[in-house]
Amino acid sequence: MLKVEGLVTGYQGKDGFVRAVDGVSFDIEKGETVCIVGESGSGKSVTSMSVMRLVEFENGEIISGSIEYMGEELTTKTNEEMRKIRGAEISMIFQEPLTALNPVFTIGQQIVEAIRYHEPLKKKEAMDKAEDLLTLVGLSEPKTRLKQYPHELSGGMRQRVMIAIALASKPKLLIADEPTTALDVTIEAQILELLRKLRNEEDMSIMLITHDIGVAAELSHRIIIMYAGKVMEIAETSDLFELPHHPYTKGLLESIPKMSGARGELLPTIEGTIPGVNQMPEGCRFAPRCSFATEKCHQEEPPLQKVGRRDVACWHVEEFTASQVDPFHRKEDPVESNS
Amino acid sequence: MIRFLLNRFGQSIILLFIVTVITFFLINLAPGGPTGVMRMDASPDERQAVIERLGLDQPVIVRYFEWVGNAVTGDLGTSFNSSEAVVERIAERLPYTMELTVFTIIFSVIAGIILGVISALKRGKAADHVINFSSVIGLSVPSFWLGLMLILLFSVELGWLPSSGVGPRGADFDFGGWMAHLAMPVLILSTTVLPNIVRFTRSSMLEVISQNYIRTARSKGAKEFVVLYVHALRNAMIPIISIIGVLIPRLLSGAVITEAIFGWTGIGTLIIEAANGRDYPLIMGITVVITLVVIISNLLVDIIYSQVDPRVKNMA
Ligand SMILES: Nc1ncnc2c1ncn2[C@@H]1O[C@H](COP(=O)(O)OP(=O)(O)OP(=O)(O)O)[C@@H](O)[C@H]1O
Ligand code: SF4
Ligand SMILES: [Mg+2]
Repeated sequence: MLKVEGLVTGYQGKDGFVRAVDGVSFDIEKGETVCIVGESGSGKSVTSMSVMRLVEFENGEIISGSIEYMGEELTTKTNEEMRKIRGAEISMIFQEPLTALNPVFTIGQQIVEAIRYHEPLKKKEAMDKAEDLLTLVGLSEPKTRLKQYPHELSGGMRQRVMIAIALASKPKLLIADEPTTALDVTIEAQILELLRKLRNEEDMSIMLITHDIGVAAELSHRIIIMYAGKVMEIAETSDLFELPHHPYTKGLLESIPKMSGARGELLPTIEGTIPGVNQMPEGCRFAPRCSFATEKCHQEEPPLQKVGRRDVACWHVEEFTASQVDPFHRKEDPVESNS
Repeated sequence: MIRFLLNRFGQSIILLFIVTVITFFLINLAPGGPTGVMRMDASPDERQAVIERLGLDQPVIVRYFEWVGNAVTGDLGTSFNSSEAVVERIAERLPYTMELTVFTIIFSVIAGIILGVISALKRGKAADHVINFSSVIGLSVPSFWLGLMLILLFSVELGWLPSSGVGPRGADFDFGGWMAHLAMPVLILSTTVLPNIVRFTRSSMLEVISQNYIRTARSKGAKEFVVLYVHALRNAMIPIISIIGVLIPRLLSGAVITEAIFGWTGIGTLIIEAANGRDYPLIMGITVVITLVVIISNLLVDIIYSQVDPRVKNMA
């Protein structure tokens, strides 16, 4: 239902043009929950903002590639045509719940606005619907909330309101861009629980962006691993956890805090840092941090290729997978796969 | 709200006290009192008689408290030079100044916001540069010079607008004439505040349109017009309202020059008369009235502010 191919999105920065997303391809099926996982700065938000065609309002530009939604090409639509899709067909929840709501309008006004852009309801009817939406996202005393302003609500409550706004017109695709990063752990768990409920009960696809692969494990059917503006691996969630096909994926898996692990045990993390958008290495972008890197990796960029059921961008997939002798029992506390 | 008003009232009393003390002592200590502006050939005896008649032989402190005692009952004394009650002289002139300043505020706010928004939305483009350049000109060119140029152009050369006066009033009042007389004074007085409003709107608008809630509005499917003029402008207005409060005193002092240029018989020209004639009671009266106008207009600004920004409503 959503098919992104060869997406390149760039920004006009202070020191020239930078490609924040550089040739990203993936798709999302109807009813599917797909997670995009990657470190900070890997281009996850830019990808989702490209799908919404919001990048051009923030000095960005989709340079090439195609975004097909329900068979329609989005990259060539006018803003007026995109307006009918934003909020109605594809909705988005943002990374920053504290600042995502307009401070001078009430919660009710902001939800009603979202409803009435796509459904010709009277104010009163829309208000009733807004109340139902607040109940759906689990806010107590929805009637009171409607009259409150964003600053009167906590971060978690505001994110629930954002979710209510996103659900206002029953979108077919919900993009949630790190909906819990700004929230504390207990609130995070509640919001994820809400997303899980929506995933199970509402008939929609979800594109969940996170840098927490543990969250992805719990919620997604498929996982897209992004690194430095590129897709590294796309796989079914269970496949991915069973046997990562890309060295970066493995690095991410090893950095999950394991609840059963001994306290104080150092978590293995990937050495080095993600390259900045204007200092991309030649060849494979992960090469400077990859222990499997060869001369070829430093010179030529690996294409995203089909390997069985998945897509992987690595020159040495076979050697790499072979090197992981039964990874499932290699460690004392195995990574739990999706159940 | 009641606590807020009481608080404000207390602050205002203190402010009035400080302003009147400073003014009273300054004018009394300045060289050349009312006798300094008498006929050249007046004898020392005559001068002494005036001093005694006006009560100026008393110490300044005594006179100040006498003045305060009368002022709190609403009696601001009698003008030295016209022997009319100060209150009456001010009441006669104040409406003209209010006319001038209210029209200037309305014009400056509307034009300032429109130009500021255009400037922000066309950032870096020709329109932005033109507006910025004009703001700098407006701020830096002295208003009396600009006023005279306007008079030369519109009154002398083109003959479109009257060069001075407040226009026919009373039975002869006509709206067109009123507006024609107001046009140039309002324009000149605007140059003292309009550039600030334009620049402030520009920066406020630029800040607001990069906020996350603007992105949210677009993601809901809002029209670009609604995004800019409902979501963004409503937020950008909040700091603009507070700067209007700051600009009101500047507007009132600008009114003195503007009124002088265009023979606009308001408080501004009255204060010049009062200062030239060393008319102490009139100077004090005008000081009190102008201070009150500033206090009340700032109060209004704060009330409007609390209506526009829900985050301060709880505090007030
Ligand atoms: N508005 C912008 N202007 C210029 N560059 C931008 C802009 N937005 C993003 N970028 C660049 O794009 C790169 C990818 O950013 P993006 O926000 O997509 O990362 P992310 O994967 O969402 O990271 P995070 O987990 O921190 O949200 C960043 O390194 C940044 O330099
Ligand atoms: S292509 Fe080479 S450098 Fe890149 S991930 Fe594979 S092995 Fe590592
Ligand atoms: Mg992001």
